[in-house]
Amino acid sequence: MSIFINKDTKVLVQGITGNEGSFHTRQCIAYGTNIVAGVTPGKGGQKMDDVPVFNTVRQAVEETGATASLIFVPPPFGADAIMEAADTGVDLIVTITEGIPILDMVKVKNFLVTKSCRLIGPNCPGIITPDECKIGIMPGNIHKKGSIGVISRSGTLTYEVVDQLTKLGMGQSTCIGIGGDPVNGTNFIDVLEAFQNDDETTGIVMVGEIGGSAEEEAAIYIKENLTKPVVGFIAGLTAPPGRRMGHAGAIISGSSGTGAAKIAAFKDNGIHVCENLGQIGRICKEVF
Amino acid sequence: MKIHEYQAKELFRKYNVPVPDGNVAFSVDEAKTSAAKLGGFPVVVKAQIHAGGRGKGGGVKLASSMEEVDSLANEILGMTLVTHQTGPEGKLVKKLLIEAGQKIEKELYLSLLVDRATASIVIMASRDGGMDIEEVAAKTPERIIKVYVDPLMGIQGYQLRQVGFGLKIPPAAMKQFSGLLSNLYQFFIANDCSMVEINPLILTSDDKVLALDAKVDFDSNALYRHKDLMGLRDLDEEDPLEVEASKYNLNYINLDGNVGNIVNGAGLAMATMDIIKNAGATPANFMDVGGGASSEQVENAFRIILADDKVKTLLVNIFGGILRCDIFARGVVDAARKTGINIPVVVRMEGTNVDEGKKILNDAGLNLTSAVDLSDAAQKIAAAVN
Repeated sequence: MSIFINKDTKVLVQGITGNEGSFHTRQCIAYGTNIVAGVTPGKGGQKMDDVPVFNTVRQAVEETGATASLIFVPPPFGADAIMEAADTGVDLIVTITEGIPILDMVKVKNFLVTKSCRLIGPNCPGIITPDECKIGIMPGNIHKKGSIGVISRSGTLTYEVVDQLTKLGMGQSTCIGIGGDPVNGTNFIDVLEAFQNDDETTGIVMVGEIGGSAEEEAAIYIKENLTKPVVGFIAGLTAPPGRRMGHAGAIISGSSGTGAAKIAAFKDNGIHVCENLGQIGRICKEVF
Repeated sequence: MKIHEYQAKELFRKYNVPVPDGNVAFSVDEAKTSAAKLGGFPVVVKAQIHAGGRGKGGGVKLASSMEEVDSLANEILGMTLVTHQTGPEGKLVKKLLIEAGQKIEKELYLSLLVDRATASIVIMASRDGGMDIEEVAAKTPERIIKVYVDPLMGIQGYQLRQVGFGLKIPPAAMKQFSGLLSNLYQFFIANDCSMVEINPLILTSDDKVLALDAKVDFDSNALYRHKDLMGLRDLDEEDPLEVEASKYNLNYINLDGNVGNIVNGAGLAMATMDIIKNAGATPANFMDVGGGASSEQVENAFRIILADDKVKTLLVNIFGGILRCDIFARGVVDAARKTGINIPVVVRMEGTNVDEGKKILNDAGLNLTSAVDLSDAAQKIAAAVN
């Protein structure tokens, strides 16, 4: 088992003919992902390599039976693309696009309440179940099949963690980047619940960062609901208040969203805290 | 993107959010002309900088005659205003807002912002206006009214009443208050604000409601659809190196320490700053060259960090995913050729095309120290600093 995706997941790519869309579609296919369709309005009927391109997501889903969508469209069209995908009834939408206006995401999030799909992102690296399916932009080769679940708000920071795990022989069940935006789809708690219910996952690494209070809420959830061990890391302990640290959501506002508060919440709720990124692999080895 | 109080108030006027009469002044003469236009005293002379806490820092003063306007404008224009938000170096005051004094009956607090957890617009209001709202929230949370607006429905009449009655707005001013809040919400949505704060919102002795202060922050990701707002950006309020970095789409923040760092990805960049701190040093900056940086961006990232005199050593931490290590290495070599690297540099590189990247750096014969992993990098940085 794994969570949210597996070798049977059929994926369509919105924005497949763009630079990033085509590059990463090829990378996903090379990894073994079953990419069945692409969507670029106005380019229906063309092909991107061997992948058929459609004008609308609805057509793509009807013709190919796609169950997940991977989105690369530019930020002004991001919200529309997510809603288009959600309206067709796909199970999963993974949005890589960075820079979608926050009020657009606020609307999307409320729109999704009435839909049955799961959104991952935006502004995220995506999701991977090693050796089965990669829906995202992470380098596939650093992953290894195994039993550790990884969840993170970041991209390259997640690669660093995964790389250390793999090098120390700890493979992963599924790795998910939920994205660095303040308003996103799937949150830590959704993923923690899924990992808890997944037989294959035996331990969880949770990588958070400054801004908001999602880590604090997740910490309480972990204490109350999880039986599997969790190793936690928080980036941005040295970040100054009031400045956005690259990610739109990584900002300390007044006294809320500090790294110190998140670390304290982790410790209070039985999470094994890693305070130095260079040591996270070693700490996981001890804990798991 | 933050703007000045006088700019925010000009926008408020367009949306029929009442503000006191007033004008911006860039010189003492303009300050006097503005005061004369107001047709009476007292007038308020307010320093215009982006940071809060201006009043406590001595940047907001009351003038009861033209002579006082003259002397206060002279005093405040050109002063370096230090507040809890400017840092100890303070901020040079280059403009003033000259505003009609008001008969204040009661100071209130009102703000709108995006609430992450509920994905809605939250209205926060309190009878404890003019104070630090964080402190009010921490000590007396029951004194803060919170109303969550469904963004698909927009603000409703009952929500306006909930805030108005909660603030104990007198009956004679209730209609005006509802109009103000409704208009403020429209302003927030129409301009993609991430935060609007009025502290204080005042009730006057003749039952008027006015925004005495105005703080507005726009969502930078939405500025592409608000070309009119882009003109409100004030580069004087930003760090020159940060302005330079923004030209190349580099996420850069200038900090106080002496260990420069260049990283790809925001999360890893934050974690790298933390590693520097753990090694007993302090980061000089945050620099995220992005997931898919070009070698030109990498070169500019080096140039900008090396232009910062306080940087004594540099840690480069790259985990190649989309950004391939060979592309990155070429940027480093170009930067070294063009600007010269004359401080110790520790490079830690991993991921896509790492061997090719290392070869490019080796072949260029640059004086770089390579680290095998993060722990090694931290030790080498600590050694370089001491």
